[in-house]
Amino acid sequence: MAGTGTGTDPAPPRLSVLLPTYNERDNLPLVVWMLVRTFRDSGIDFEIIIIDDGSPDGTQEVAEQLEKLYGSDKIVSCREMPPVLFPSGTAYIHGMKHATGNFIVIMDADLSHHVSLCFMDWLKQKEGNFDIVSGTRYKGNGGVYGWDLKRKLISRGANFLTQVLLRPGASDLTGSFRLYRKEVLQKLMEKCVSKGYVFQMEMIVRARQLGYTIGEVPISFVDRVYGESKLGGNEIVSFLKGLLTLFATT
Amino acid sequence: TMTKLGQWLCGLALLGSAWAVLALAPLGLQPPAPLRQALLPLPIYLLVVFGCYSLATVGYRLATFNDCEEAAAELQEHIRAARADLRRRGLRL
Repeated sequence: MAGTGTGTDPAPPRLSVLLPTYNERDNLPLVVWMLVRTFRDSGIDFEIIIIDDGSPDGTQEVAEQLEKLYGSDKIVSCREMPPVLFPSGTAYIHGMKHATGNFIVIMDADLSHHVSLCFMDWLKQKEGNFDIVSGTRYKGNGGVYGWDLKRKLISRGANFLTQVLLRPGASDLTGSFRLYRKEVLQKLMEKCVSKGYVFQMEMIVRARQLGYTIGEVPISFVDRVYGESKLGGNEIVSFLKGLLTLFATT
Repeated sequence: TMTKLGQWLCGLALLGSAWAVLALAPLGLQPPAPLRQALLPLPIYLLVVFGCYSLATVGYRLATFNDCEEAAAELQEHIRAARADLRRRGLRL
C-alpha cells in the first residue's frame, strides 16, 4: 500500500503506448507515425498497442497495415474485440494484456494530444521517479487550441469544482494523457469502476489514496483536426453525476 | 479512511454546532451580545466570500488559459510530414 516513488528501476525502460480507437481511420496512422518518430529520436524503447472497438470505418485495417509496416514488436493491433462500444476502462485492461513494457502511456488517438510532448512525460518521470506522470492543460505552458470562451469557461469551472470537492493534488483530472508504471496502472484498474472522463478522474483520486506519487507536465490539447468534438448538456450532467459519486465514495 | 463527503459533513457538523452554541445560545449560556451579533450572520458571510473567491478564481484561470498556437502549427507540419512519409512507404491513406 505504501508509495513506490523511491529508488531506481533495475529494468531498462520500455514504454507501451495504449491507443484505444473508434473511427480513427484518418488520425491513427498520423499518431503512430509521430509516436514512432518521437521515440526513435529520443532513443526510448517502445511499443504501440492499438485497441480498436470494432470501428466501422476501417480503422482496424489501417492498424494492421501499420503493424506490417513497423513490425509486430513495435505495433500490436488487438484483434479479440467485444462487439459493442465499451467504456475506456476495459480498453485499457484489454490493451495491458498485450503490453510488454514496464511503463504505460495512455493518450487519445485523435491527434488532440500533441505527440512531441510524450517524450517530455518520460523525462519528468526520470527526474522525479514518479509512479504516475499526468499531463496538465492548466499549468505551466500547458493549454488548449481551438476552444472558444464558453468551452474554456466550462472546463475551468468544472475543474474548480473538482478541486474544491475532491482536493486531488493534481491540477488536471479529466485529462487523459498520462504515463503510469505498469504495476500501478494494473492496481488502479482493479479499483476503478467509473466510465468515460470520470474514470480518468477516479484513477488519480485512487492513486492518491494508495499513496502513489504523481508528477505533472504541461501538455497542449489541440482540438480535433478531423471531425467535431462536442460538449453538450448531457456530458455536463454525466460529469456532475460522476463527480458527486466520487465525492461520496472516495 | 473517510470519504470526502464524510469529511465535509464532519467539518460542517463541528463548525455548525460551535456556531449554534455561541450565536444562538440554546442552553441558556450567555456569550456576550457583541460576540453573538458578530457570529449570527457569519455563515452567510462565509458563503458570500466563498462565492466571490470562486468567481474570481475561475475568472482568473479563464483569462490565463493558454492558447497553444505553436503546438497547433507544429501539429499541422507533423501531419504533412507524416502523410508524405506514409504514402512513400506504401500505406493506403
